[in-house]
Amino acid sequence: MKTHPKQAPLTKILTGIRGFDEITNGGLPRARTTLVMGGAGCGKTVFALQLLVNGIHQNKEAALFVAFEEKTSQILANAATFKWDMGELARNKLFFLDAQLSPDVVKSGEFDLVGMLHLLKVKADELKATRVVFDGIDVLLGLLDDPIAERREIYRIRDWLAETGLTGLITQKVGPVELEQRYGFLQFIVDCVVVLRHQVVEGSAFRNLRVMKYRGSSFLGDEFPISLTAEGLQLTNRGPAELRYEVSDERVSSGLPRLDAMLRGGYHRGSNVLLSGAPGSAKSTLAGLFAAAACRRGERTLYVSFDEGASQIIRNLRSVGIELLPHQKSGLLKMYSTRTRGPNIEDQFADLRATVRAHRPACLVVDPLSALATKLSHLASADAAQQFLDFLKSESITVVNTSLMDGITTDEATATGISTIADTWIHLSYLVQDGERNRALTIVKSRGTGHSNQVRELKLSDQGVTLADVFVAQGKVLMGVARWEWEQYEQAEKNRAQVATDLKRLQLRLAQAEAAARLQVVQTEIEAREAELAVLDRATGSASQLFVDEQGILRRMRHADDESAAVSASSAHGGSQVPKRRTNAARRRSAGS
Amino acid sequence: MNRSPGKKKPSLVLRLYVAGNAPNSVRAISNAQAVCDEHFAARYELEIVDLLDHPHRALSDGVIVTPTLIRLSPLPVQKVIGTLSDTNRLLLVLAGQ
Repeated sequence: MKTHPKQAPLTKILTGIRGFDEITNGGLPRARTTLVMGGAGCGKTVFALQLLVNGIHQNKEAALFVAFEEKTSQILANAATFKWDMGELARNKLFFLDAQLSPDVVKSGEFDLVGMLHLLKVKADELKATRVVFDGIDVLLGLLDDPIAERREIYRIRDWLAETGLTGLITQKVGPVELEQRYGFLQFIVDCVVVLRHQVVEGSAFRNLRVMKYRGSSFLGDEFPISLTAEGLQLTNRGPAELRYEVSDERVSSGLPRLDAMLRGGYHRGSNVLLSGAPGSAKSTLAGLFAAAACRRGERTLYVSFDEGASQIIRNLRSVGIELLPHQKSGLLKMYSTRTRGPNIEDQFADLRATVRAHRPACLVVDPLSALATKLSHLASADAAQQFLDFLKSESITVVNTSLMDGITTDEATATGISTIADTWIHLSYLVQDGERNRALTIVKSRGTGHSNQVRELKLSDQGVTLADVFVAQGKVLMGVARWEWEQYEQAEKNRAQVATDLKRLQLRLAQAEAAARLQVVQTEIEAREAELAVLDRATGSASQLFVDEQGILRRMRHADDESAAVSASSAHGGSQVPKRRTNAARRRSAGS
Repeated sequence: MNRSPGKKKPSLVLRLYVAGNAPNSVRAISNAQAVCDEHFAARYELEIVDLLDHPHRALSDGVIVTPTLIRLSPLPVQKVIGTLSDTNRLLLVLAGQ
C-alpha cells in the first residue's frame, strides 16, 4: 500500500448542482479526488461538466477536462443542449484533452500516464486551472488491462492531484458485476464517492444520486432522485434550505362565490389547493372555474392536463357554462397537455418547470395530479411532485391540483404526500340517497383561513355551477330529490301554519268587530238616555215657570191688593204660610179649571 | 522484410515520445532502437522527444500516454503505445503499409 500524501485540512468547493451542495454540506473536497460512478446514461459526464462550468461561471476558475471515452466534439455537442455557453467557455477557460485512444492504436507493452499528467500540469499552469475531470477512467483502465498497472496509474493520478492542488473528479462507468469488483479499489483510494443510478420501475425511468463515501465530512447518504434540466443535473429532493418563500395574505377567487365565502374570501395567493374526489365529482369543473376566474382578472394562467387533450377539456367545461376558449386565444391561458406514460417523470417535471418559466402564470391548474399515481407511488416521484409544487410556491403561483380519490382517509393521499403539501384541501364526494347521487363539497382543511365546516351541495347545470346549503333533517344530510321532497314538505307545513294563522286572525277580527258593535249599542243607549234625561229636565223646568206665571195672571184676574207686599212682609215672620196658601191657591185653580 | 528500396532516403520515419526517465519510457527507447536496428538497419529514422521538455509538440501530435511511438512515414500515421516489448505487434505496424 502506498501511503497517503500529506493533505491540507479539508475545504470544499461548491458544485453549483442544485441540492448536491446541501447534502454534502458544501460540495466536493478541494484539492482531492472524487469518484463519480454509475451505469451508462446516468449523467456522470453531465455531473462532471457541470462542476467545471459552475466553477468558471461562479468563481472564474478555469478547468481541464480529460475525455477518455468520447471525442471532445461529441462532448461539446452534447453540452450544447444545456444553457452553458460551452463553446465560449471552451475557448477561454476550459481545456479539453482528447484522450480517447482510437481503435487503430496498437498497444505493445506497458504504458503510463506520466506524460499525460505532465501535459495537464502545463495546461493547468497556463490557464491557472483549479479543477480537472478525468471522464471515463474505465476506458483507460480497460486499455491498461493489468490489475497492477491499473492501480499504479490511479494512485499516480491521485498523487498528482494532491501535488498540484487541483480538485479532481474521476468518472467511471460501472458495468457488469465482475468489472465493478475489479475496479472496486477506486472507491477506496478516493476521498469522495458519488454513485449515480439509472433504473426502470414499472416502465418509468428514474435517475438517482447517492453519496457513498466522503472522507472527513458529514453527508446525507440517502438516495436522491435527480433530473436533467436545461441548467444541467439537479437533485429533486427538498433540501433543508428550500422551504423559504414569501407568503401572501392576498386572496384569489376560487371562481365560485359561495366557496369564496366558505373560505372567508377565497384561496390564498401562492397557496396550493387540492381538489380531491371520486371520478366525475366535478373536480375538473372547479379547477376550470378557478382558471376562468383568473383569466377574467387578467392573470396569466397555465392549465396542465394529463392524458386529456386541451380541446376536450375546453368543450367539457363549456357544457357547464365555463368558457376558456377566448382566454386561450388571447394568450392569457395556456393549455399544456401531456401523457403520464412518457418520458422519465423527473424529466416531465423539468418540462413542466420550463413551461411555467416560459408562460409565467399567476395561477396554475394541474389536472389531475393523481394521473401520476402509479408513478407517484414510487417515493422518488412523490419527491419530484413535491419539489415541483415547492417550486411553484417559491414563484408565488396559486395552484389548484385535482386528485382522484374516493375517500378522505385513503392511503393514497398520504402516500403521494400531496395532501400534506396542500394548503387548502377540498374534497368532493357523492352522497347516494334514495336511489340518486348528488355531489357534496367539504373543506377538509385550509391553512391560514377560517372556513366553513359545513357540507354544501354542488349543483351543475348548463347555466353554471352553484353551491347550495344542504338540509339536515332527522340527522341526515338531504340532497337532490330527497332535499326537494323535504323542501316540498316544509313548504306544505308552512302553508298549513299560514292558513291557521289567517283563521285565527279572522276570528279575532270577528270578536273585535262584535265588541265594537256592542260598544256601538251601548253608546247609542247612552245617547238615548241622555236625550231622555234632557227631555225630563226641560219638562220639569217649564212646569215651575208656568206656576209663577200663572200666579201673576191669577192675581191680576182677582184684582187682589198688593198682597205681595204683605206676603213679603209677613213672610219675614211667618213665611211658612205662604207656600201653603200658594198650594191652596193652586189647588183652587186646578179645581176651578 | 529484408527488401531493399535501393535508396538512401529512409522510408520509415518514427517519433518516440517519452516522459523523462520513467521506467516505461526508458524501456521503450531501448526496445525501439533494438527492433529498428535489427529489422530496418540504416533505413529508418527515429526521433526521440521528451514530452517533459516539449509538451506542446506532444499535444499537437495527439500524444496522451507515454511512451508513444508514432510512425510518420509511410502514411497513414500510426501509433503504438507502450514499452514496445511486444515485438510482433510492433513489427506489424512498422512493416505495414
